[in-house]
Amino acid sequence: MEGKIRVLVAKPGLDGHDRGAKVVAAALRDAGMEVIYTGLHQTPEQIVEAAIQEDVDLIGISILSGAHMTIFPRILKLLQEKGAGHIIVSGGGIIPKEDMEKLERLGVKKLFGPGTPTTEIVEWIKETVKR
Amino acid sequence: MSEIKKARDDWNREVNNFKERSYRFETVSGEPVDILYTPEEIKHLDYLRDLGFPGKYPFTRGVYVNMYRGKLWTMRQFSGFGTPEDTNRRYKYLLEHGQTGLSVAFDFPTLYGRDSDDPFSAGEVGRCGVAVDTLRDMEIIFDGIPLESISTSMTINPPAAMLLAMYIAVGEKQGVPSERLTGTIQNDMLKEYQAQKTWIYPPEPSMRIITDILSYCSERVPKWNTISISGYHIREAGATAVQELAFTLANGFTYVDYGIKAGIPVDKFAPRLSFFFNSHLDFFEEIAKYRAARRIWAREMRNRYGAKDPRSWLMRFHTQTAGCTLTAQQPENNIVRVAFQALAAVLGGTQSLHTNSMDETYALPTEKAVKIALRTQQLLAHETGVANTIDPLGGSYYVEALTNRLEEQAYKYFERIDSLGGVIPAIETGFFQREIAESAYRYQRDVEKRQKIVVGVNDFIEEEEPKIELLKIRPEVERHQIERLNEVRKERNNQKVKESLRELRRAAHNGANLMPRILDAVRAYATLGEMCGVLKEEFGEYEEPIIF
Repeated sequence: MEGKIRVLVAKPGLDGHDRGAKVVAAALRDAGMEVIYTGLHQTPEQIVEAAIQEDVDLIGISILSGAHMTIFPRILKLLQEKGAGHIIVSGGGIIPKEDMEKLERLGVKKLFGPGTPTTEIVEWIKETVKR
Repeated sequence: MSEIKKARDDWNREVNNFKERSYRFETVSGEPVDILYTPEEIKHLDYLRDLGFPGKYPFTRGVYVNMYRGKLWTMRQFSGFGTPEDTNRRYKYLLEHGQTGLSVAFDFPTLYGRDSDDPFSAGEVGRCGVAVDTLRDMEIIFDGIPLESISTSMTINPPAAMLLAMYIAVGEKQGVPSERLTGTIQNDMLKEYQAQKTWIYPPEPSMRIITDILSYCSERVPKWNTISISGYHIREAGATAVQELAFTLANGFTYVDYGIKAGIPVDKFAPRLSFFFNSHLDFFEEIAKYRAARRIWAREMRNRYGAKDPRSWLMRFHTQTAGCTLTAQQPENNIVRVAFQALAAVLGGTQSLHTNSMDETYALPTEKAVKIALRTQQLLAHETGVANTIDPLGGSYYVEALTNRLEEQAYKYFERIDSLGGVIPAIETGFFQREIAESAYRYQRDVEKRQKIVVGVNDFIEEEEPKIELLKIRPEVERHQIERLNEVRKERNNQKVKESLRELRRAAHNGANLMPRILDAVRAYATLGEMCGVLKEEFGEYEEPIIF
């Protein structure tokens, strides 16, 4: 008896580019996951709050504004502080490789760049959340 | 014609014996494409009614009489990053290399009318554009750049009035009266709610600010393009060519409706409306889109709105190549994509053009990447010969048939939007947002099923990682910007700022034109956050319906 995988798709900060977030949200939904989309302009606090309240397995953060080095670490820190360190943090957007590596070292589980097929994201989530 | 028809039937029978490769023959937007176009497909085309002559109604072939023979399109690269000093240096670099107009990219806090020290701005200052908090920053950005002789486009929407006021104030300091300033503010809020998602206030107060700008500029800044009605972002968010065309024009008509409702005679503001389109991958579809757009706008402005001044009928537009088509994989290929897209824009008769840089899926472009993008335009202008004759694809059976088809499809959307009560009610119920999200998802699925091939992404893949140099934003930008903001706050006459903000609030309340009050506040070095804050308190904030 296993429930559906629950994912929070989140758009932090002032960045309004939501095409990718919505496409990924729709693809995860069609792959049978329970998807909650935060809408735009969320603070890290709001995102973490929503993730805990919705009891999600994973947060997928979409960010194209260049603020990733500020936003991701804050979300990771807030999750730890609220005792929700078990929630997996991933994401994607316009993030240079070098920054991706830094963020993955900080505890972001995986970041996806432009051109990633949604099927790859679906597979990865299914595998990662199962473990 | 009957002879052609007979020959065509014969040919059809013959061609049916040939096997086609397995491929869905349609435009990138999903419009069906026939194997061949002949005079039959455009037999109802009436040359004078449907095409006419360049610079003449209905402007299908171009908005100016001699088009690029008189003046090439303006090569205008959108740029801005880091501190005002960084951006000033980049502008001087671009001007030295032959760029002919400026186009300012602001950072997110500026786009949302927030100061650099606002908690929401953390991590965003100077990241994807230049930070502007007060007039001081604009003075630095345009230091040593004569506003008298350069035209400047500013991509700014909710705080458009404030940035325009700052530009006017910089002009004053350079001794250039506002009557002589040339340029554009985007100031297109409708597409923000639909696609780009940069908003502050709800739609109705936003429309009031816009009509205040229309009215003020028609008197005081008569050479300024007051709204750049933008399909670009609609397309980038995932729309098809038809959706881009239809939604953009529907937005344009809505601005005209509101301008007229605000009591401004249509011929007083319509000539200063300009447009901004995307140039996407499907070469002929894009050219047809520009041609259809000009014809629809001219017809509706003349017939529906009764505009008498031909300048109100003609659709001038800027084009930018499609950022969403650039790939992170094999980034040098993007140079070629951009060249094809730029060629479509030129064959479509654009008035100005931005060519994207190959590295934009990673970061803001480096100087080298921007230079190649600019050189691409110069190659088109000076080497290919495409600017020698006007609308060279006019009369092409395919391009004319496609122009007609896009036009018909656009009118179907106009009817649907009307049936929903117009553009603003359709925004509030999420109609556009849903249409766009569905198109984006359909496209993505086509790519993943390899019904659409993206070179380097789902075919012709290379495993090796691309190695290209990337632009880095110095991390100290945010701190520098906040320090300067604090200095300005200390040095300015705070009493004067307070008074000007009080006047702004009063105007917001009593319906007086906001522009003169904003200009006073700007001159007193009020911050963007202070001015937008006052209006936010008066007008409220927008919340969007969440759809995916």
